[in-house]
Amino acid sequence: MEQQMAFQINFRDNVATALTELNKGPVVLRGDSLQNVVDVKEHVLVGHKIALRDIDYDEDIIKYGIVIGRATQSIAKGKWVHLHCMRSIYDERSSHLDIVTGKPKDIKYE
Amino acid sequence: MELNNMRWQGFARKNGRIGIRNKVLVIYTVECSSFVAKEITRISDNVDIECVGFSGCTDNEYAVRMLISLIRHPNVGGVLVVGLGCEYVQPEWLANIAAEEGKQHAWMFIQTEGGTKKSINKGVMIVHEMLDVLKETLRVPMSISDLVIGAECGGSDYTSGLAGNVVVGRFYDMLIEMGGTAIFEEIVEAIGLVDLLTARAANEQARDELQYTYYKALDYCKAVRQYSVSPGNFAGGLSTIEEKSMGAFAKSGSKPIEGVLKVAGNPPHEGLWLLDSTPDPHWMQFGITNPNDNEGLMDLISCGCHIVLLVTGRGNVVGSAVSPCVKITGNSITYARMKDDMDFDAGLVLSGDCTLNESAQSLARMIANVASGTLTKSEVLGHKEYFIPYKYQEKQVALPSKCTH
Repeated sequence: MEQQMAFQINFRDNVATALTELNKGPVVLRGDSLQNVVDVKEHVLVGHKIALRDIDYDEDIIKYGIVIGRATQSIAKGKWVHLHCMRSIYDERSSHLDIVTGKPKDIKYE
Repeated sequence: MELNNMRWQGFARKNGRIGIRNKVLVIYTVECSSFVAKEITRISDNVDIECVGFSGCTDNEYAVRMLISLIRHPNVGGVLVVGLGCEYVQPEWLANIAAEEGKQHAWMFIQTEGGTKKSINKGVMIVHEMLDVLKETLRVPMSISDLVIGAECGGSDYTSGLAGNVVVGRFYDMLIEMGGTAIFEEIVEAIGLVDLLTARAANEQARDELQYTYYKALDYCKAVRQYSVSPGNFAGGLSTIEEKSMGAFAKSGSKPIEGVLKVAGNPPHEGLWLLDSTPDPHWMQFGITNPNDNEGLMDLISCGCHIVLLVTGRGNVVGSAVSPCVKITGNSITYARMKDDMDFDAGLVLSGDCTLNESAQSLARMIANVASGTLTKSEVLGHKEYFIPYKYQEKQVALPSKCTH
């Protein structure tokens, strides 16, 4: 099986980006990372994020060393981090999108 | 060859600038004359003849300023302006600007010429005569420091912020160190980054301009409840506008930002500039922020960019009128799938096949080659997209006037 990989951009980050599709099991971390491997807990699509440590409810999500949003529930290390468990500080619409397709669900067009 | 030592022959213009292409623009001044202008371009069938125009009958100041900036653009050597005959935007007046710039110039009214066929026949004759004259354009040596390069991103995915924009950022750092000029845009994709943005300001004035422009964009996004992030971005793994912003901002590199340019404004000196393409407040209903990628590219070109870079994760096929477009992806799968359209694979940085510096250097070499005449993928395929909307913008950053007493 191909090696599972993710990319951590900044040492401060609490998430990393999947460079391959991830399944339960060890993932090699590239980039600016202090840990070499993280155990991923669930299936994660390429380009999506995983938690590099346990993250509390309402804690900042950090990528590129800056705050990219806030946790809407506690997130365990190795779990998928996306619309179902985090939100934008600015854009309230993105909390109402389908978590897989990203399609809008907040407006009934007809 | 060392980038610093690369030289090629550019086209000398009366205003002192140097072009990398020598094009004839056929410009329509209203939708009613667009068919004739496009037919003149199509029948002339020459890579250096291309069409741009503005559809509105009203002389929207923003759109007209944009047309003027394209007439003055260093890549343009001649202009034929085609009007119907009753619109506000005046072809003769535009042709006169080309004359002042020492460029080939002509104009016509379709009503006066006697309709479609006669206008097309006359137009085709005129542009071919112009091309003949342009063969004599004075050539002068040009180097990387003479270049003005623009960059924007579209169809972003997770690789844009990890590789595509990051490689462009590193190239921008090199370009500026060599004395060149770089412009980046998309202030609506800087939401969440006001502190980073203002910390990069080269001076106090630039800081004020960046801060004003940021809050203008944020107010706009709040007002329309729409941020510059779309279903495809979310599906690709981006969770918030802040996350997308940081990926987009990476293309600005790390040099100080000299100030904010408005659309159709030329950078006053070399260095790194932010282009504000968002509408200004009091007529904001005139046009949305980023209607499409080609509008963004046209905005950059209106500021005098010789070449524009379009960074895309998911892939794109567009080119542009006036300035060649180099399409860059950080996604090697996209590159392989759309190889006929994509110019540069920055994904090699992610696979570990090259370093960030190596990738940026090979991008710089590709850009120097394009500047010296090598056609981009979109030029080869004949892509000449353009988009000029109605919009309202001030000519300068509308900073609040400071109290003096």
